Amino acid sequence: MLPAGVLLLVFLTYPLGLGTWLGFTDAKVGRDGHWVGIENFQYLVGDAVARLSLFNTLFYTIVASVFKFALGLWLALLLNRNLPFKSFFRAVVLLPFIVPTALSAIAFWWMYDAQFSVISWVLMKAGFIDRYVDFLGDPWNARLSVIAANIWRGVPFVAICLLAGLQTISPSLYEAAALDGATPWQRFRYVTLPLLTPIIAVVMTFSVLFTFTDFQLIYVITRGGPLNSTHLMATLSFQRAISGGSLGEGAALATLMVPFLLAAILFSYFGLQRRAWQQGAKD
Amino acid sequence: MKNDDVQAQGMGYLESVPRRVVTLYLPLGVFLFVLLFPFYWMGTTSLKPNAELLSRAGNPFWVAAPTLEHFRHLVFETPYPDWMWNTVIVSVVSTFFSLAASVFAAYAIERLRFRGSRQVGLCIFLAYLVPPSILFIPLAAIVYKLAIFDTRWALILTYPTFLIPFCTWLLMGYFRTIPYELEECALIDGATRWQILVKIILPLAVPGLISAGIFAFTLSWNEFIYALTFVSSSEVKTVPVGVVTELVEGDVYHWGALMAGALLGSLPVAVMYSFFVEYYVSGMTGAVKE
Repeated sequence: MLPAGVLLLVFLTYPLGLGTWLGFTDAKVGRDGHWVGIENFQYLVGDAVARLSLFNTLFYTIVASVFKFALGLWLALLLNRNLPFKSFFRAVVLLPFIVPTALSAIAFWWMYDAQFSVISWVLMKAGFIDRYVDFLGDPWNARLSVIAANIWRGVPFVAICLLAGLQTISPSLYEAAALDGATPWQRFRYVTLPLLTPIIAVVMTFSVLFTFTDFQLIYVITRGGPLNSTHLMATLSFQRAISGGSLGEGAALATLMVPFLLAAILFSYFGLQRRAWQQGAKD
Repeated sequence: MKNDDVQAQGMGYLESVPRRVVTLYLPLGVFLFVLLFPFYWMGTTSLKPNAELLSRAGNPFWVAAPTLEHFRHLVFETPYPDWMWNTVIVSVVSTFFSLAASVFAAYAIERLRFRGSRQVGLCIFLAYLVPPSILFIPLAAIVYKLAIFDTRWALILTYPTFLIPFCTWLLMGYFRTIPYELEECALIDGATRWQILVKIILPLAVPGLISAGIFAFTLSWNEFIYALTFVSSSEVKTVPVGVVTELVEGDVYHWGALMAGALLGSLPVAVMYSFFVEYYVSGMTGAVKE
């Protein structure tokens, strides 16, 4: 049974190593590359589109994660209350997360259509705007639109995981706090939050990671347009490597994501763990 | 969920009805509306005739003359059934393959005490965190080399790279909850490792296996980037990729057919999910805890 484990490791680490190596070569589709040192990276640093994609990725990740966390926590708190049909609600809430992202992205694409958008229709009828919003034609509109779609997809995951965490908190703690005169906000701040911190750390690490490397939503809704303003590093590396054929450059771009991911993991994991420890040590 | 009745009492009685409506039902209603609206929109769009889709008159939330034309077009005039079939084959085969491999790996890590088993476990977890959008380029190179580019095998063999770490991690958690004593008894009675695994561990881990299986199936059904990269001819595409790449022709978007395709493609996972919600949720939250 040990071979299974070993096989696994080789099977998984080899592509990762190969990916890094490819980043240092000038490989093309169907042709082996030669070592070119850090040429790819030098080129990418000087490339305005690559820099823009880095900015987009950071912007996308930060904004989407903040919203996903806030809304997800709120939804989890709502679902944790005394509700009829609780398990039904919980099941329904998770739907956006389980259907194929590529397919729900198509629904968003249609909802963001410049001419027939239902969102524009409603806003128009309500009298907020006087002409249809060009959701995907304008760089900032497009960025915010894809972020909204990403939040829509990510909130259920955060909410359900946090709900699982909330359910482990004993209600007697809240009763004790209420008897001591704690307001609802204080109960949330000093009972819920400290007890939830470890799971928040893990959930948000996951969320940040998958947002940072998101591909499907962007590819389906905008393909990186307009004017590359929604290109993330993942979509750009796909475009360079597969559509453009220069595997080396795409691999270099993908490799560039790794340090950011490691930083995100270390930051949220150790940062929040230490926080939990400090709070525990205060008592 | 079992002790809901006890917990449900809580401090709920302290709240007045209007306050409850404003702080609980109203926000919850808004959340549900926003989360479910895209599905409603998919459904109505797929039933609207083209003329109705492309007019701004009338109420877009209602279908004036429902039609199944888009579904007919999809099933009989596009390779959609092929894509569906491919997706089913690829998902089922890769799920079974990954589950089998994961059972051995998880059991080995959890129960065969060898040096560094904890480190291996940690590596498995880290492997799960490596996203496909980093791996697809080197994997594409490997797929070309193995000459399985543009075949179903390209997908069946690459999906386990993200399924195995996940399933192994999940099953490790399950195996840990099975008491050691059971195994020791079996060992004393002369059972081999293989017998222990098959006759004792696996029956006890059935809920874990179901969780992992459901989750792996959904993950491989939803997989997009590998399927987009490793496959190029229409006959071997999966549903998500097929809908996105082939139903969009030039500047004319067949919104009705697109939505019908999206709806049909989401249906199998949604149905699977609705049968196994509890397993799914426990799988998801189990993977996050630890």
